[in-house]
Amino acid sequence: MSDVAGAATTKRARRNGAGRYGRLGQVVNELDDRLGVAKGGRTFLDKIFPDHWSFMLGEIALYSFLVLLVTGIFLTLYYVPSSAVVTYHGPYLPLDGQRVTQAFASTVNLSFSVRAGLLMRQMHHWACDIFVGALVVHMARVFFTGAFRKPRELNWTIGVTLLTLAIANGFLGYSLPDDLVSGTGIRIAYSILLSVPLVGTYLAFWVFGGNFPGTAVIPRFFILHVLIIPLVILGLVGVHLALLVRQKHTQFPGPGREENNVVGSPMFPVFMAKTTGYLFGVSGVIALLGAFAQINPIWQFGPYDASRISYAVQPDFYMAFLDGALRIFPSWSFMGFGHTIPLEVTIPAVIFPGLLFGLAYAWPALERRVTGDHAIHHLLDRPSWRPKRTAAGVAALALLSALFIASSTDVIANFFHVSLNTVLWAMRFIVILSPFVAYPITYKICRELQGVHGAGKRKTPNLVLRTDEGEYVAEPTPAYPEDVYHELEPTPVPTFIEGAEVEAEAATPGVRVVER
Amino acid sequence: MSDESRTPVALAGLRADDPHLEPSARNPHVVEAVIAGLMVVGTLFTAGFGAAFWVNAKPWVLGATLGGGLLFLGLGLIAWGKYLMPRGPFVEERHPLANDEAEREGLASVLVDRGASIVKRRPLLGGLLGGGMGIFGIVALFPLLRSLGPLPKGTLFHTDWRKGSYLVDQTGRRIHQGDLAVGSIVTVFPEGTENTDRGQAVDQTVLIRLSNENYVTEKGRATWGPKGYVAYSKLCTHLGCPVGLYEQQLQMLVCPCHQSMFNVTDGAMPTFGPAPRPLPQLPLYIDAEGYLRAQADYDQPVGPGFWERGRS
Repeated sequence: MSDVAGAATTKRARRNGAGRYGRLGQVVNELDDRLGVAKGGRTFLDKIFPDHWSFMLGEIALYSFLVLLVTGIFLTLYYVPSSAVVTYHGPYLPLDGQRVTQAFASTVNLSFSVRAGLLMRQMHHWACDIFVGALVVHMARVFFTGAFRKPRELNWTIGVTLLTLAIANGFLGYSLPDDLVSGTGIRIAYSILLSVPLVGTYLAFWVFGGNFPGTAVIPRFFILHVLIIPLVILGLVGVHLALLVRQKHTQFPGPGREENNVVGSPMFPVFMAKTTGYLFGVSGVIALLGAFAQINPIWQFGPYDASRISYAVQPDFYMAFLDGALRIFPSWSFMGFGHTIPLEVTIPAVIFPGLLFGLAYAWPALERRVTGDHAIHHLLDRPSWRPKRTAAGVAALALLSALFIASSTDVIANFFHVSLNTVLWAMRFIVILSPFVAYPITYKICRELQGVHGAGKRKTPNLVLRTDEGEYVAEPTPAYPEDVYHELEPTPVPTFIEGAEVEAEAATPGVRVVER
Repeated sequence: MSDESRTPVALAGLRADDPHLEPSARNPHVVEAVIAGLMVVGTLFTAGFGAAFWVNAKPWVLGATLGGGLLFLGLGLIAWGKYLMPRGPFVEERHPLANDEAEREGLASVLVDRGASIVKRRPLLGGLLGGGMGIFGIVALFPLLRSLGPLPKGTLFHTDWRKGSYLVDQTGRRIHQGDLAVGSIVTVFPEGTENTDRGQAVDQTVLIRLSNENYVTEKGRATWGPKGYVAYSKLCTHLGCPVGLYEQQLQMLVCPCHQSMFNVTDGAMPTFGPAPRPLPQLPLYIDAEGYLRAQADYDQPVGPGFWERGRS
């Protein structure tokens, strides 16, 4: 190919196309004359993507974000961000004649009167839930495999920011229809802002443009939701992917996979085919969910009226841990010196999430400090090799799951016919105990896995031999030399993971007739 | 299969007959037929979506055809990439990103030597520029922040209840002393606010008829509950949700958001859940015509706590 690029400067080559590469070759020549894309483009198409199922979790997030953008653009064509009151007349008869805001009326209208409107709305909501869920799972993968370690701390930081923005934008988005459930959510958000010591009332008044509810909140949430936050997310996703290309992928250690290489499939055509197929698949699943799984039927909730409420009001799943924390926290309000600090709100809804995300941001630096490991890492850990990190991650997930369950105390009490008091106190204990139970169990499992020969590796097959006397003997085949993780050796294994040293057997390739 | 074909190779300069470029499928023709099938089904679904959109079919038909089309085409494409494209594995070298010491020193020296020398030579200008930009940044924040909304001032401390306000329900009808049966409850507003945002968000009050006696919920509130009528702010003191459920037998108001419970016979003291304070009580009286009216505004701010709330 390089000889073709060289010939591109002659006029004859231009006139005749690019010789044996035809029209496409000519396009390459014309582009390269102007932009010099040949070398970089070749490198990009040759870029190697390691193959592992867990590396696709981030792609789910990326593609559900694309679905969010497309369906979101559709919705902005019909949604009216206004709290002006109108009388609803439309195909949904139970609401006929009711006084509702334009935001609510336009959302009901786009659901019932616009072609494919309901499908797009439900796809948008499902894509959001999948987006945030995929971000969480992707982040867990990165955490448990140590992919955030040097040199990728910056990309971890961007990832945590993306999760925060995704959660915030999800909340803003489901607030926009101005229905009874989301309106209650906005009311709670206002009260949480109000609870911040010293500046809370100013925060609340400036976000809402005055006392709750006011008329500013819907237009403001709208412009944040459709323009400002998506723009920031888009920019950060760009940086996230650019850093990934620049630093290249991490990979699990294995045959031929070293710190100084990347093993897998090339960008073109293998990865491109798979990932485009994946984009189609993710969008397809979201479309099917939008078709068959009803989500957020706002016409059943009715329009927001600050003096009305319904039973079992819960936010979307990614906000539920905050709701759970608010439910189980005791009524400790500080009053004194002429001031009130509503600790029953500030601690679970401001300080706790602040600490949680602060810890996520700080984790790479904390781990570097604790382990003294400042080396560059491109090979991933298996979770069992780092029992303390894995246990800490599982403890955090256990705490969040317990808080998630705690956001349904009333539903649980109703369903199991237990008193609310019992459920509340049970959840208080479960939430507090969950990390302390999860940590040692995970730690122990990791240590056990380290002790088990071959744990975390591919199993070695047995070779069954028949002796001359007719006797059958099964003998395990020796480990494939590169299945043994001697790649860890150059890195000083930190002392806190004592026992994590994987025994590097001095394996010699033996009889290897069995196909793996 | 030889070990050699398992060993990762670099893409560049690979011969066309290299085993790494072969598909991973054992029977490529069978796989190709399956993929072709997937793509045909996907295309049919996609065409079906077009038709369904054209005739304005039901949402689930639109979603099923669109989703089916995308899913089958996607599966076909994934299978194509996985089974019929070069199986590899391929390897790419990873060169360290870090430059050598000389390059680093070069950049550092430009920043420190060149930059510092220029700024150090003109300390006055550097200081003025820094100070000016800092003040510009702070000053630029003022109009932005200040235009976001009014100052809270006293608005959180008062509602629209006044001395003599009539209690009206959501339709604006005045509540008469004979309207409520014992044990029943109604949401009331000061007359004229029942259809306003502020009336619904701030002034909302629950009126409960406990019994026919003059009900004293707390010391000093002897005259507040004539003929068993007691009125409390409907805003939960936890996060401001409407305290919309009334447990008649327990005589408890329950907030559906986070399950705080308030005992209406005890000055709406919270008995359960995260709410820290009782619901403020509205002092009532019954006028000569038998209508329920407010003696005054609430004696404390309604709703959730905030910094300036003070001791109450």
